[in-house]
Amino acid sequence: MHELSIANSVLEAVRKERERLNGARVTKVGLRIGELAGVDPEALSFGFEVLVKDSELAPLALEIEFTSRRHECSQCKHVFTVVEYQVDCPACGSTETRCIGGDELELAYLEVEES
Amino acid sequence: MRRLPLEKKVLSENDRIAGGLRERFLERQVFCLNFISSPGAGKTSLLERTLERLSPNERVALLTGDIQTDNDAKRLARFGFPVKQITTGGTCHLDARMIERALVDWPLESLDMLLIENVGNLVCPSSYDLGEAAKVVVLSVAEGEDKPLKYPAIFFKAELLVLNKTDLLPYVSFDLDKARAYALQVHPGMEIIEVSCKTSAGLDNWMEWLARRRESAKPEKVPSSGRA
Repeated sequence: MHELSIANSVLEAVRKERERLNGARVTKVGLRIGELAGVDPEALSFGFEVLVKDSELAPLALEIEFTSRRHECSQCKHVFTVVEYQVDCPACGSTETRCIGGDELELAYLEVEES
Repeated sequence: MRRLPLEKKVLSENDRIAGGLRERFLERQVFCLNFISSPGAGKTSLLERTLERLSPNERVALLTGDIQTDNDAKRLARFGFPVKQITTGGTCHLDARMIERALVDWPLESLDMLLIENVGNLVCPSSYDLGEAAKVVVLSVAEGEDKPLKYPAIFFKAELLVLNKTDLLPYVSFDLDKARAYALQVHPGMEIIEVSCKTSAGLDNWMEWLARRRESAKPEKVPSSGRA
């Protein structure tokens, strides 16, 4: 259960960005979480709500985009989503593919009120 | 309403500190491993068996993380190498700042290898980079063989899987072939070594991996200045 400390890191990042934006009112933060990140979106949302409620950032909404594991074929360069751990290339059948995404734990965007 | 793209890592502060540690380890040529497993899989036992096989002249140090107690540090200190316990007081993982703090009074010049035993947990430690050269995940045959599928993050990020407690195989329903297949599904090409820290079976393979990995982590020899 490290989602609470991750939620805290999200709030810290929002505070930092807000400072950079001269105290603009941030209304929403968008996160991107990959299936290989080892972070549970539901637990993270819960932790986020608990922390944000009594903070100076409230009300602040959270939107999570959950991303799948993606591989690129080393042979034909085809990029595909890995389903059920099938990592062979669906286009040419090659077993030589490499992971190019799916472990994201990123702040994708902020929504701020127009001043 | 304005949407501002950020594209920034959530744990960028941890990553920044971990990046600094990695640079220092490289500069001082300290080989660092981060051991991760669920509680009781045998991280401390694997480290004990490792320390007793290293020459006493090796410049090795250990950091061991737990929520409470310094029991592991006491177990590991018997081998004469410097050991420091990091008691997280409730936190379920080690982060880069804890490592940085623990190293304040340990001059890296005096070390060649740093072994970090993370808090027993297959989930949270996988998110926190500690500046290590590689993560090693330990799984015991007393657990389920489908652990790699249930906790893909750590099996994906670890370079090596150590399957421990193989001496128990006759008594448990663990399917070794399936465990291997699941680990390779999550992490194609992952290296897997079977050991029993109790009977010492397979430990030679582990020590061989350790020596090989240490060697490969060394920076390339600087080309001689005469080269065109």
